[in-house]
Amino acid sequence: MPTLIRLQHGVYAAAEDRFVDVADGDAIPAAAPVILSLARFQAEGDALLGAGREVGVRIASDEEIETLAYDLPRLAVVALQFPKYGDGRAYSSARLLRQRLGFKGEVRAVGDVLRMQAGFMVRCGFDSFAPADGSTPEQWANAAGRFRHVYQRGADARAPVFEERA
Amino acid sequence: MYRYDAIDREFLADRSAEFRENVVRRLAGEITEDQFKPLRLMNGLYLQLHAYMLRVAVPYGSLDSRQLRRLAHIARVYDKGYGHFTTRQNIQYNWIRLGQAPDILDALAAVDMHAIQTSGNCIRNVTADPYAGATAEEIDDPRVWSELIRQWSTLHPEFSFLPRKFKIAVTAAAKDRTAAKVHDIGLVLRRGRDGTLGFEVIVGGGQGRTPYVGPSIAEHLPAGRLLSYLEAILRVYNRHGRRDNKYKARIKVLVAALGAEAFKREVDEEWSKLDPALADAPDTELARIRGAFTPLAFETLPARSEAFETARAADPAFARFARNNVKAHKKSGYAIVEISLKAPGQTPGDASADQMDVVADLAERYGLDDIRVTHEQNLVLPHVKLDDLPTVFAALQAAGLATPNIGLISDIIACPGLDYCALANARAIPIAQSIARRFEDQDRAELVGELKIKISGCINACGHHHVGNIGILGVDKKGEEFYQLSLGGSGQEDASIGKILGPGVTAEQVPDAIEALVDTYLAVRQGEERFLDTVRRVGFAPFKEAVYADAH
Repeated sequence: MPTLIRLQHGVYAAAEDRFVDVADGDAIPAAAPVILSLARFQAEGDALLGAGREVGVRIASDEEIETLAYDLPRLAVVALQFPKYGDGRAYSSARLLRQRLGFKGEVRAVGDVLRMQAGFMVRCGFDSFAPADGSTPEQWANAAGRFRHVYQRGADARAPVFEERA
Repeated sequence: MYRYDAIDREFLADRSAEFRENVVRRLAGEITEDQFKPLRLMNGLYLQLHAYMLRVAVPYGSLDSRQLRRLAHIARVYDKGYGHFTTRQNIQYNWIRLGQAPDILDALAAVDMHAIQTSGNCIRNVTADPYAGATAEEIDDPRVWSELIRQWSTLHPEFSFLPRKFKIAVTAAAKDRTAAKVHDIGLVLRRGRDGTLGFEVIVGGGQGRTPYVGPSIAEHLPAGRLLSYLEAILRVYNRHGRRDNKYKARIKVLVAALGAEAFKREVDEEWSKLDPALADAPDTELARIRGAFTPLAFETLPARSEAFETARAADPAFARFARNNVKAHKKSGYAIVEISLKAPGQTPGDASADQMDVVADLAERYGLDDIRVTHEQNLVLPHVKLDDLPTVFAALQAAGLATPNIGLISDIIACPGLDYCALANARAIPIAQSIARRFEDQDRAELVGELKIKISGCINACGHHHVGNIGILGVDKKGEEFYQLSLGGSGQEDASIGKILGPGVTAEQVPDAIEALVDTYLAVRQGEERFLDTVRRVGFAPFKEAVYADAH
């Protein structure tokens, strides 16, 4: 079973991924929790949720996160895709999920997820990471906590410098 | 100068440590160049034709003597004894060794400097009016707002992987010395009829392959709402800017595709969802930033200086320098002094380590310890007493820094071109040098008056040719360099994009072509009319005729 790095209560740790990431052409497994594409979720999500299945949704970088607004309370995971590390749309999606749409579940970074992005991701509200560069939780934690200060408010709880100074 | 506090310093120390660790990993072969590239680009380190190039941020072009001396030291120890001041008020070094880059960043951090966000698809180092705090024209000090933007944009969690780079310029004077209208965002601070401070927000200007003068999407944004409005613009851009083609990824393409009105609606809708209490800076922080700028101890002086008047009457060279390089200051008895980095034969924007030291010494002794870099690639001592001008002039002259050509035909902007840049199609620096030599006669240059020539070595337009009164673009035609001339551009408050005059000319023909343009201007201009105004009035016909007459 693939592992993830999870951030919980300020601690980064390896965690087993209970969810099966279902590609659009693949059959949905019999019992396991699943992560579906947005289109597949819109077609089949209700039935699965109605049957008591845990469901997550995978959002491509060009899909609008607001589409999920009314489904969020039912979702366990939103997986935001980074097709390339330089495609930064998922940062906006994560921040909106946390700050505008009030999503409390797992926000997972998937795709071209590199250690150098850790700090940005955490500050935008991601709490789950599937690194593409083999980073360990310890390396991830070091990268994410590199800076003692932050200059602006994010979706995390860190106090920006102007509050530190006040 | 904005004075860093312990927090700002700890931030830079953390940044330096992070970079050093990554360079060590790269040199040890733990990461590949492909993996290292995004890391070095976040620290201003480019791999160029011959070596690494390091671009150091000079936030809003403002330096003190200690910092300029450190830049000189870096030039001397880690480069070939000089540095290159850029059109974004930064400095870059062209001959850097990777293994030494971490030491350079440490040396910079020790004087509160860095290379953060001088490259990459992020919010780049913010630029501002180089006369800030010195000109009587300004409504407020744009550096305060620039510093606010610098802090807000530094390692911004959401806006560090934009579709493309993002450049913001801030000015608070009617005369625009920042090229605000050809930036991703240009901010022009004004006072409203009700007395309140507000920004005109210009979005989607730019140069490059598709030049635009940016439209205005807010006429008078309340100054205190600046950060939330920037957040709204950046979010719309981050989500909707094109990412399929890097040449169509700048915000100007999005603004042009949607239309300014529709873009403004999207921004306003996003902005309406932001909570000012969370998205705007508290007034207390703005006040703290304002207070963190060193207060300047201006003396009360008469408007007339005997020392200045005597020297001006006695020394024609000083009188010429005073006419062209000395500008009015808001305090009586003081002046703004422009230091040209465009001596004949020089690479525009280059300064040697020794020259930087001279400027630093002058700033410390005679200039309230303040130095600016201009987007036209010159330096400024913004606060010099008229009484001290003769002494300052003599010292500049001895260092080869007293070229009296600010705003004149030889005050040319040029990109590094094929001599340094991996993207260039043609040389730019030698073209600038050949024009400067042709117009070395200072009487003639003054007779011609304000004429801005800008030269780019490829269509990326780093030399701003689109907004040159005369623009020169180097192109490669089957292995040969040709130069396309355009006329009528301006990057100032009367911004416009120049139009191509006709077929390209060879490098050797460029000075003759410029001479033909100038002679035509002198023949048809009316009164005090600038070159640009003459072109706008009479059109291209006489200029075209003059340049291409021989070809018929």
